[in-house]
Amino acid sequence: MTDDVLPNGHAGSAAPVQYEIRGDLKLIADMIAPGSRVLDVGCGDGALLIHLAKNLDVNGRGIELSQAGVNATVAQGLSVVQGDADTDLADYPTQAFDYVVLSQTLQATRNPKQVVSDLVRIGAKAIVSFPNFGYWQVRWQLLLGGRMPRTGILGEDWFETQNIHLCTILDFIDLCQELGIVIERGISVNQQGRASGISNSGWAANFFGEQAVFLLSRKNN
Amino acid sequence: MKHTPQAPSVADADSSGFSVELGTDDPLRLDCGVDLSPFTMAYQTYGELNADQSNAVLVCHALSGDQFVASTHPVTGKPGWWHILIGPGRPLDPAHHHIICANVLGGCMGTTGPSSIDPATGETYGVNFPVITIADMVRAQAMLLDHLGIEKLFCVIGGSMGGMQVLQWASMFPDRMDTAVPIAAAARHSAQNIGFHEVGRQAIMTDPDWHEGSYAAKDVSPARGLAVARMAAHITYLSEAALRRKFGRKLQNRSQITYGFEADFQVESYLRHQGMTFVERFDANSYLYLTRAMDYFDMVADHDGVLADAFAGTPVRFCVVSFTSDWLFTTSEVREIVHALNAVAADVSFVEIETDKGHDAFLLEEPELHATLSGFLSAAAEKFGSKTP
Repeated sequence: MTDDVLPNGHAGSAAPVQYEIRGDLKLIADMIAPGSRVLDVGCGDGALLIHLAKNLDVNGRGIELSQAGVNATVAQGLSVVQGDADTDLADYPTQAFDYVVLSQTLQATRNPKQVVSDLVRIGAKAIVSFPNFGYWQVRWQLLLGGRMPRTGILGEDWFETQNIHLCTILDFIDLCQELGIVIERGISVNQQGRASGISNSGWAANFFGEQAVFLLSRKNN
Repeated sequence: MKHTPQAPSVADADSSGFSVELGTDDPLRLDCGVDLSPFTMAYQTYGELNADQSNAVLVCHALSGDQFVASTHPVTGKPGWWHILIGPGRPLDPAHHHIICANVLGGCMGTTGPSSIDPATGETYGVNFPVITIADMVRAQAMLLDHLGIEKLFCVIGGSMGGMQVLQWASMFPDRMDTAVPIAAAARHSAQNIGFHEVGRQAIMTDPDWHEGSYAAKDVSPARGLAVARMAAHITYLSEAALRRKFGRKLQNRSQITYGFEADFQVESYLRHQGMTFVERFDANSYLYLTRAMDYFDMVADHDGVLADAFAGTPVRFCVVSFTSDWLFTTSEVREIVHALNAVAADVSFVEIETDKGHDAFLLEEPELHATLSGFLSAAAEKFGSKTP
């Protein structure tokens, strides 16, 4: 059980300390071995890739949906292509990377099940982070308010959000089981940015965790 | 191809450039089966080659381009066709890079082509010149680099037909290059593009002055046919939006239509001008051969239908670029290259640049293209240890 406090918590931190990257990205980076080959699916502005290249000598690549994001990232010297996790992962050969990362993107894909199987096919290991819809505030807001919940990490109105396949930590564990995927490590992060290991049942993490990070591999590796 | 006259070009001591005779002992075996021996390659260089030979950049020119990539053109007096990208503080900088650009095989600016003298007959080749391919152009460039003693290039870069050469380079000589930058190019020429080329060729070949290609012996030239070919092609280099923005339906030096066939519209006058100036610097037979080379280009067929096989295990770092309004080499065609590179887990960046300038955008001021190339090349220089001389 890890119990380290994350730096740089979410919006609302009174005096955020300046760290290199977002807290959840730091958690992901900590799972990656130095010198490895990493594919970051939905790499955004390339913050994780830059961090990995500078600090862990990682050979990184990115896929990003937004062309403007891609152009800006390539101009920074990163290897990024415009692409869509739903359609373009099929192009990539099996076991081409040591790690494939999908951070805060799973819930916006059209076919999360296919995406997750592709991740563990392309990478020896996959790292997936997502907002936990089982988080107590989400439950609370829906139960008492009767309206679609809005939290720090799920901040958009229902009619604006890109998130079409939200799930809970328990749902995700079920999906991994169905796909025969080994969960090597699971971490939940609460509102204060405190990271905790996810136990076998996952019940507590599913209630207190605002988001989760999983390290996955295929069963027959 | 268009030029922006006001921009400064790179100073060049010897405007006529270099030329070398190659293939004397070891002929160039062409795809058509003919051995070319000897042949001449005319080329320009900018910037010094550094001690460890890690800063050499090969620029591959497009159909109507030539080796005068960053220096004043000897015929037109205009700045080099890619002066926008090459110069102090630009993505390719002679202070950092040793830039080589050779006139392609089949060209008409000093490299052996249909307008050269056939050593076997003492006459101009004309259509007796063997049909050449993009791969032949690349083999000839590789022989030039052998002659120059350059084993490995830091970068091979080019747009359009130049981009085809870049892809061919990456496929044939992946160990001779660190990076590849194909811009506005596809891995195979589309049916539509072959169609446009055929229109151009027919315009030339139906000109009575073409004389079955042997116009040089009669001291004439099928200038009207070549001009029409250029006019038709030029439309494909632009976009409807760019034509509308530049010309719309504006009339040329007149207030109303003339009910005749003069150039009433500005767009007509512009295209006529493009056609007329092109014939001053380009050989009609060269135009036939180079368009044919592009038509024959099909890296997918070369690899039994699997483009990815062209790049299997490639160590080359790629930066692929397309333009939103390019309808000659569309983003979806360019993306086929990216898909193939992804399929072999190649190190690839792909940027689609938003512009209304069409295919010609690769020759024009496009800040996003500059930012992309600068970022890619400086990161690659760091990775591959390319040093400034």
